[in-house]
Amino acid sequence: MNGGPLRRTVTVTNPMGFHFRPIAAFAQLAGRFQGNVTVWKGDRRVNGKSPLELMTLAAEQGTELTVEVSGPDAAGAVDALAEVLASPGQEDEPEPPLPLKG
Amino acid sequence: MEIKRGTPVFPGVTIGPALVLDTEGYRIPQRFIASEQVEAEVERFRQGQAAAVLEAEDNRRTVSDKLGGQYGAIFTFHVLFLQDPTLQQEIISAIREHGWAAEYAVSRVMRGHAKDFERVAQGPFASRAADLFDLEKAMLRNLLGHRREQLQHLNVPVVVLAHDLTPSETAALDPAMVHAFATEAGGRTSHTAIMAGALEIPAVVGLGKFLTDVSGGDLVIVDGNRGLVILDPDDETRASYEVARKSFHKFESGLTQLRELPAQTRDGVRIALLGNIEFPHEADHCLERGADGVGLYRTEFLYLGLQSDPTEAEHLDAYLRVIRALGPQRPVVIRTLDLGADKFATPSEPANHERNPFLGLRSVRLCLKNLPLFKTQMRAILRASAAGDVRIMFPMVSTLAELRECKRILAEVKRDLDAEGVPFNRQLPIGTMIEVPSAAIMASQLAREVDFFSIGTNDLVQYTLAADRTNEHVASLYNPADPAVLQLIRMVVAAAEQQGITVNVCGEMSGEPMYTLLLLGMGLRQLSVTPHNIPEIKKLIRSVSVEEAEAVTDEALRLETGRDITNFLREQTRRILPEVVG
Repeated sequence: MNGGPLRRTVTVTNPMGFHFRPIAAFAQLAGRFQGNVTVWKGDRRVNGKSPLELMTLAAEQGTELTVEVSGPDAAGAVDALAEVLASPGQEDEPEPPLPLKG
Repeated sequence: MEIKRGTPVFPGVTIGPALVLDTEGYRIPQRFIASEQVEAEVERFRQGQAAAVLEAEDNRRTVSDKLGGQYGAIFTFHVLFLQDPTLQQEIISAIREHGWAAEYAVSRVMRGHAKDFERVAQGPFASRAADLFDLEKAMLRNLLGHRREQLQHLNVPVVVLAHDLTPSETAALDPAMVHAFATEAGGRTSHTAIMAGALEIPAVVGLGKFLTDVSGGDLVIVDGNRGLVILDPDDETRASYEVARKSFHKFESGLTQLRELPAQTRDGVRIALLGNIEFPHEADHCLERGADGVGLYRTEFLYLGLQSDPTEAEHLDAYLRVIRALGPQRPVVIRTLDLGADKFATPSEPANHERNPFLGLRSVRLCLKNLPLFKTQMRAILRASAAGDVRIMFPMVSTLAELRECKRILAEVKRDLDAEGVPFNRQLPIGTMIEVPSAAIMASQLAREVDFFSIGTNDLVQYTLAADRTNEHVASLYNPADPAVLQLIRMVVAAAEQQGITVNVCGEMSGEPMYTLLLLGMGLRQLSVTPHNIPEIKKLIRSVSVEEAEAVTDEALRLETGRDITNFLREQTRRILPEVVG
């Protein structure tokens, strides 16, 4: 471990909140880094590589979240991850309904 | 521990491991593995997980190709979830720490999270619970492979929990292995409920949504006496049920010796102890337990699930089967149709929606509006009366005029049969149920018009206290020992005595040992109970004297609240026969 963990605090701007699609994108990206990724909401902390735990944050638009990354690739990771957290999402593209059978 | 309240459809208590049938019929057994196999089991889980991931990726590709990338994204989420490090770690620790088989660990852990999401019930998050169930199934499919376990191949006793059971599924249950069942759907008159009576296993239906709270193998108590299902009971609850069950079993085996003995009090007063039945073959259940006859033959099953109304021949065939079983000497009280309009939609007459069905067009009210149907049943009952001691009983009579109307129609049917030269018992005893408060209040008037009364306590309690016992918010008001109910029962007994007619109690109150002393003490000499309850009620009758029962009753009637009366009766019954009070 070179140095302490790095942190960034961002505000959720996605009108749908931090869920489903942003969580998928975040966890997928987090999984590519070697170090630990932690997300804080107030004093609650969850594993940033676990979509399950991220969902339990139930972070709506306007919530402040802090991403914390440790490990050798922390420097690159923390910026990229903070960007996903703060992303407003693709406009005009609601979550797709479940596909019909076929 | 969680307690679910539903409708009891067959009495008895079973404690056992759950067998959960979900919509796909997967069975998730709680299996334990030997400690030296734990790592192999973890590996088996990893392989199942990897296979599920491959499946989800396959789905993503197929769906993306067919429908476009944004649809495929759903499966991206599934893939991520299936590989979720937290989930994986929880499942693996469950296997290592508890020695659970992989299937069970997956089911427990994933259902736990799904429940959390359901609790968070806010928009998109709550709906994610459905995804978790989907993923659970995907993993289980891969773990179980084609080894889907069949109900027919059970080798350990279980409690079956399901959303609903089709009649054929219920019929396929082996009572030797399935010791109880409970369903989310269904009511007292559903097919499933009716099948429970035929299987003679404790059963509770109409529990509402609860399957998401259980995993296969979890310990469950089905209390068919009170209509409760207790999930994951705490030690204390479990112990108290265990004790009650054990002593009950011991007690029950002793009860079979009672079969040949009369239901007679210690001071020699003979009580007529009769059985309540739904199906003809249950007449045998009554005789096996030494009943004096059938005090309530519910005929609703004849009407259920048919495309058309039952014919006279179908009615008669069922009644004759009961008479053949009982012999010509034992009485059988046949109750005319007692269904709500809602339960009674035929293709020709679909049910109207009623805002308040329990105060609506049901039971004898429905029959009086549908004379061909009423007369068909009356004809069959009259014809059966030529073969045995048949008695006819009208349910839910609320006024004298209604009763007279029923009698007038019966007289018409008799004239028709006479004209046709068809034999029947001209003195066919006619009875009315007393289950509406107005009928209890006017009992002395009604007594002049009939040969017997039968008090239907279930409805009498519900209507008197205006409380639906299946509604958890008001269920505590529903108390058969409420002073208001007892006062009505006393009025009915007094009216019957004065007129010299017999009076019977056929609701669940009569099969509950706690009330036996009270009923005897209030002057009842006839009780009709579920066949299952006959031996213990008989044992209790044989353990007391009328004098003793009267003393207990006098004291009970001096108490001011239903709760005090219930406690007092429980205490007194326990003093006399500790085994019967749960």
